[in-house]
Amino acid sequence: MNLHTLQEVTAFIWQEGDMLDHGEFAAWLNLWVEKGTYIIPIDPREEDFENSLNYAYDDHHMRTLRVQRLTSGESISTSPQPRTVRSLSTFRILAQDAERVTVRCAQNLREFRKDSLKHYSADIVYTLVRDGDSFRIERKLIRLINSDDTLAGIGYIL
Amino acid sequence: MSNLIDVVNLDASPADLVLPDRVHTSLYTDPKLFDAELEKIFYSTWVWVAHASEIPEAGSYKSTFIGKQPVIVARDRKKQVHVLLNRCRHRGATVCEHKKGKTNSFVCPYHGWSYALDGSLRGVPHPESYGDCLDKSELPLVSLRVEEYAGMLFATFKDDIEPLTDFLGPAKKWIDLFMKQGAGYPIKVPGEHRFRFPGNWKIQLENTTDAYHFPLVHKSFLSSVDEETLKLFDFVEGPGYVEDLGNGHSVMVMIPDLVDLEADLDRPVPERFEGLAAELRDEGIDEQQVRRIVRAVGGSGFNLNLFPNVACSMAFFRVLQPISVTETEIHHSVITMDGGPATANRYRLRLHEHFQGPMGFGTPDDSEAWERVQKGASAGEDLWIMLNRGLPGEKPSEDGLVSDVSAETGMRAAYQQWKKMMSA
Repeated sequence: MNLHTLQEVTAFIWQEGDMLDHGEFAAWLNLWVEKGTYIIPIDPREEDFENSLNYAYDDHHMRTLRVQRLTSGESISTSPQPRTVRSLSTFRILAQDAERVTVRCAQNLREFRKDSLKHYSADIVYTLVRDGDSFRIERKLIRLINSDDTLAGIGYIL
Repeated sequence: MSNLIDVVNLDASPADLVLPDRVHTSLYTDPKLFDAELEKIFYSTWVWVAHASEIPEAGSYKSTFIGKQPVIVARDRKKQVHVLLNRCRHRGATVCEHKKGKTNSFVCPYHGWSYALDGSLRGVPHPESYGDCLDKSELPLVSLRVEEYAGMLFATFKDDIEPLTDFLGPAKKWIDLFMKQGAGYPIKVPGEHRFRFPGNWKIQLENTTDAYHFPLVHKSFLSSVDEETLKLFDFVEGPGYVEDLGNGHSVMVMIPDLVDLEADLDRPVPERFEGLAAELRDEGIDEQQVRRIVRAVGGSGFNLNLFPNVACSMAFFRVLQPISVTETEIHHSVITMDGGPATANRYRLRLHEHFQGPMGFGTPDDSEAWERVQKGASAGEDLWIMLNRGLPGEKPSEDGLVSDVSAETGMRAAYQQWKKMMSA
C-alpha cells in the first residue's frame, strides 16, 4: 500500500472539507479543474449522470452560481446559513497513475439550522488530478446513502 | 374587526370555513379536517397516480399512494393499466416494496400468496388446509377504477363519479398544450425529485398558481439566470392571467408567448438557445425541428393546477401527497422527449436540477416559505388566510373566471371545490 499517496490525498480532501465547513468558497472554487464536475446522483445504481436526473450536476459555471446563491443573502432557505461539520474517513485509493488518483471515502455531515440538527452520510469518490505538489478536483461524486428517499433542503455544499 | 370570528368552533361545518375571499386557519391545522379530507377528497375523486411513460412495458409497475393508502400502478401483459391496493388479501402485508420495476407477479413475502399484474389471486401455497373454504376469485388485490388522459393516469375509489374527461373539463385543452413540449416526441418521465415539508398540503396546492411570490422568494434563482430568462420571468406585472377552469382546476399563464409551443416557429432562435440549436443542427436535425425543440425545451409558459394532487407546471409534473395535517410530500417529475436528441434532453435535465430538488435554486426557498406559513398558522387560531388578491379585476371567462396573473383566483377555485366536496 502506497501510504505516501494516501496521506497526500487525505490531506487534500480534509482541506477541502474544512474549507466548505468554514465558508471559504472562493478557495474551494479554485480547487477545481475548469471542466470538473460536482455530482450528487439520485439513483444509487446510476452511472450515466450526464443523461439522468441528479440533485446536482455542476460544471464550473453552476458551482460559481451555487456559491453566489449561498452567500448572497437573497435566499430565505439559506438565511440564516446552516452550520455544518463534516468528518471524512475510510480513505481508499481505487486507482492511480502518474496524472490521476481516484479515491473513495466516507463522509458524515451534521447540519444545524433553525432548531434542527440533521445528519447526512455519503460515500464520496474523488477523481484528483496531480497539480505540482497538490491536486485539483476533476470529479467529486457524492452518493448519499439515502439519495432515493425524500430529502429536505440542503442549503450548503456537500 | 372583519377578519376575526368570535370563537373557533371545531364542529363548524366545512362550508363555514371557506368564504369567497378567505379560508379559515383551521384548514391548515385541524387534524379532524385532515381526516375528513382523505375521505371526502382523496378517496372520492380522481387522483393522479402516474404518467404512462413511468410504466412503459408489459410488467412495468410503480408503487405510490392515494391519500394514505399504498397502491401499485401496473401494466399487464395486454398493456392494460391497473391500480391495485398494495395489501395482501390474506393478512394485509404489502405485496410490493419497490418504487418501480418490472415483474410477472406480486408475491406476498409473509405466506407467499401471489397475484397477477391485474391483481387476480393466482396461487396460495399449501392450499389443502383451506379445503373448499377459499375461493381465489373472491380475493384479488382490490382494483381501483383507472382512466387516462394524454398519458396522465388517474385512479379513484368511486365507481359512480363522472368520467375523468368530464372531471378535467376545460383543463383538457391545457393538458394538450402542455404535452407540446415533447416537440413531436412522446413525453417521458425519467426521474423525479422527492421531498417533504412540514406543512399542510393545501399550502403547496396554492403555490402552483401564486405568481405573487415569485420575484421575492425566487430572488436568488433570478440572480442566477441570463438576461433573456430574467426578462421572461418578470411576469408579475405582465399580460399573463389566472383562470378558474371549474372543478377546482385552474391555470396561471405567466408567459403568454409560450402557451402554444407549436406557434411562431419561424421566429429567430433566442440568444440563450443558440448553442443548443447549433448542436442540434450539427446532429443533422432539420431547421424546422430544431426550432420546434428549442422553443419547447424550456417548457410551457403556464402552470395548470389540477385538483387535488397534480400540476402540469411549466416543464415538469408536480405531485403532492398528504402525509399528515402538518406534513406533505412533493414529487417534481422531470420531463424529457422520448427518443429525442440527448443534447436537448440534457438541457431539460439540467434546467430541472437548477430550480428543483433539495439542492435546486428554487424549491428549497418555496419549502422554507411554506414551512413558515404552517408555523405562523399556529398563532391566531381565529384568524383567516386571505385570498382576495385580484378580486376587483375578476370577470367571467369562457371556462370560468379570469383575473390578472398574480390574482388568487386559482386558489379561490381550489377552495370552492374543497368546500363543495367537504360539504357533500
